Amino acid sequence: MKAGVLNFPDRRESPTIDQVGVEERAKRFCARSIKKGTKMSALKLAVTMLDVTTLEGADSVGKVRQMCQKAMQPLPGDPSVGPAAAVCVYPRMVKTAAKAVEGSSVLVASVATQFPSGQMRLKERLAEVRYAVGEGADEIDMVISRGQFLQGEYRAIFDEVAACKEACGGAHLKVILETGELTTYDNVRWASDIAIAAGADFIKTSTGKVPIAATLPVTLVMLQAIEDHYDRTGKMVGMKPAGGISNAKLAIQYLVMVREVLGEKWLTNKWFRFGASSLTNDLLMQIRKQETGRYQSGDYFTKD
Amino acid sequence: MAKTEPGPHNFVFGNYAPAPESKDHFKIKKSYDLFIGGKWVKASKKFETINPATGEVIAKVGEAGKKEVGQAVKAARKAFEGEWGQLSGAERGKYLFRIARLIQERSRELAVVESMDGGKPIRESRDVDIPLVAAHFFYHAGWADKLDYAFPGVKPKPLGVVGQVIPWNFPLLMAAWKIAPALACGNTVVLKPAETTPLTALKLAEIFEDAGLPPGTVNIVTGAGETGQALIEHPDVDKVAFTGSTAVGKAIRRAIAGTDKKFTLELGGKAANIVFEDAPINEAVEGILNGIFFNQGHVCCAGSRLFVQESIADKVIKKLKKRMETLIVGDPLDKNTDIGAINSAEQLERIKALVKAGEREGACIWQPEGRLPRKGNWFKPTLFTECAQSHRIVQEEIFGPVLAIQTFRTPQEALEKANNTPYGLSGGVWTDKGSKIFKMTTGLKAGVVWANTFNKFDPTSPFGGYKESGIGREGGVHGLAAYLNF
Repeated sequence: MKAGVLNFPDRRESPTIDQVGVEERAKRFCARSIKKGTKMSALKLAVTMLDVTTLEGADSVGKVRQMCQKAMQPLPGDPSVGPAAAVCVYPRMVKTAAKAVEGSSVLVASVATQFPSGQMRLKERLAEVRYAVGEGADEIDMVISRGQFLQGEYRAIFDEVAACKEACGGAHLKVILETGELTTYDNVRWASDIAIAAGADFIKTSTGKVPIAATLPVTLVMLQAIEDHYDRTGKMVGMKPAGGISNAKLAIQYLVMVREVLGEKWLTNKWFRFGASSLTNDLLMQIRKQETGRYQSGDYFTKD
Repeated sequence: MAKTEPGPHNFVFGNYAPAPESKDHFKIKKSYDLFIGGKWVKASKKFETINPATGEVIAKVGEAGKKEVGQAVKAARKAFEGEWGQLSGAERGKYLFRIARLIQERSRELAVVESMDGGKPIRESRDVDIPLVAAHFFYHAGWADKLDYAFPGVKPKPLGVVGQVIPWNFPLLMAAWKIAPALACGNTVVLKPAETTPLTALKLAEIFEDAGLPPGTVNIVTGAGETGQALIEHPDVDKVAFTGSTAVGKAIRRAIAGTDKKFTLELGGKAANIVFEDAPINEAVEGILNGIFFNQGHVCCAGSRLFVQESIADKVIKKLKKRMETLIVGDPLDKNTDIGAINSAEQLERIKALVKAGEREGACIWQPEGRLPRKGNWFKPTLFTECAQSHRIVQEEIFGPVLAIQTFRTPQEALEKANNTPYGLSGGVWTDKGSKIFKMTTGLKAGVVWANTFNKFDPTSPFGGYKESGIGREGGVHGLAAYLNF
């Protein structure tokens, strides 16, 4: 194998998944009791891993600017909290977002490739990637063609991911598998292995636009793919569960899972992200609760 | 291997902050008597029961001698011929349902006491042991008035007084396995819990009192081997039910030879867990760990022999080691603990001796990094590679967190080696191929075989062994038959 050459993965290296077993294991992480100092540091860690997201037809310049402010300064007056890792927007909003977060550590991620369905010719999808990068996106969240995957055209998936990676240039590529449409854990594992082999920097569960988004067991299957790739090649790949992670307790369960499956090396926003919109304020509320011992009214947390 | 300990508890760099289950919501008495004929009867002698995680004495418990065992059997006989024996199946069922509900109500207390007295992690006593205890009473409550349908046309009748001796690995669960079917079938019981873990059985006696169970229906006599012997040898006992070591099981068969006592014996095991190259590897690794480290390996059906296909052996062993590094060993009452304390100093010595033998005989030992608590009985999760059939660690039941790994090339070879043991209690097969599952599971000479999982228990499913792993079945309809005359 030459350096820099991408190879289509060997399916025999892609283990089958036992549904009962993987769901049981995922449940075990939920039984971890995270308290006191451990809880506080986990909550603060989670804030720094947020990809604060808005992906609506109604997104406007004003809305995006306000959200960027929140990402940079989640808890006004408390610099120990945040900033978030990135903001995630549609390509048309990239320029606005890039300007709003300029000078901060917050990155701009853009969905592309005909998000969320991906149902378009590859040529136009790649053009969208180049446009978003040109507008200033640091990261691209692409979707794979689930239809083609389910048709068994696995090489097409490999090729489209590799082409997107090339189109990204210096930008990081996150590959959305849309696990809710792949439906089986075996498919999720195989799609993860293809995306990783084709050069994904991150693999991501969902668009948030179909009813079944990120779950703990699905994320576990993807983490195992990352783990096996690391064991084989020594190369790290990032993970981003997205959609449905709406409270702090669940976020901590994800972090416990990352810690116990991949190890503390992955516990930074370089390698792990949450794709979420409503999670932010619950994390902030729990941080305040840890500090003061009391829950505060939602009115004390900014809604942007 | 991680451990909960004081220090910085940063989520990324530290260990998890301690999360101990509270024990201020119930009381353990300083001293317990024997439960005979519905009353608490003083024993002439007492012994101490110790928390294996700390070495501290938890309570003093009565030691029943021949005299007290005689009283208990007499009380049981009286109840069998009296109130309990006269009840209809439906009435017996009501008592069992009531007991099951009381167990659920007091589940937190029972879980904490089980972990304190026996050393098992609270996660297991809370999520596995106690729910199964209640499930066994619920399940058998349902059978109490339907025995004629379970065995149509043969008029099932209770046996009479049943003497039951149970082990220390699942103290309350084994009590439930024994008591629930016996009562459902209309028998009365004298139960002897293990000497290192008597407390939850005594708590169960309190529940029987609260449930208003007729006096003498269940009698609980605590004590050591001699108490058990007195019970088994008592001439007025109609049936002996025993769970424990194969050596004691053999002694029991000798003791009751020539009598017309019925018996069921659930004894030791050395289960083979067979992993094929087409197995769901990550789940298989979890299953292997669960098979051998569940309850510190103090499990008669533990998957203590791992047979892994040579083509994936390196990968599986690497994954096992990595996963073992994340197991949390420590305070059984901490909610994050994966592996608790070894049940007794005596058992710890036995484990150490066999592990030493394994090293001497040439197997390669591996244990995760990390320190164990200073006080109490502890042993690191351990695996041996390069094992051979002739090693003692492959032949003998260790009853501790020690896994012996061997490789195989073909399904035939795996079967031959797996069956090459005097035991035959359980086994496991891991493969994605259904036909292979059926071929292997029918070939394994073991009472319980799991496919792509391990250590799953359910009251509806019969449990018991082949060969030196015992005789008779517990659970399900088969288990009922062991408590009935036809």
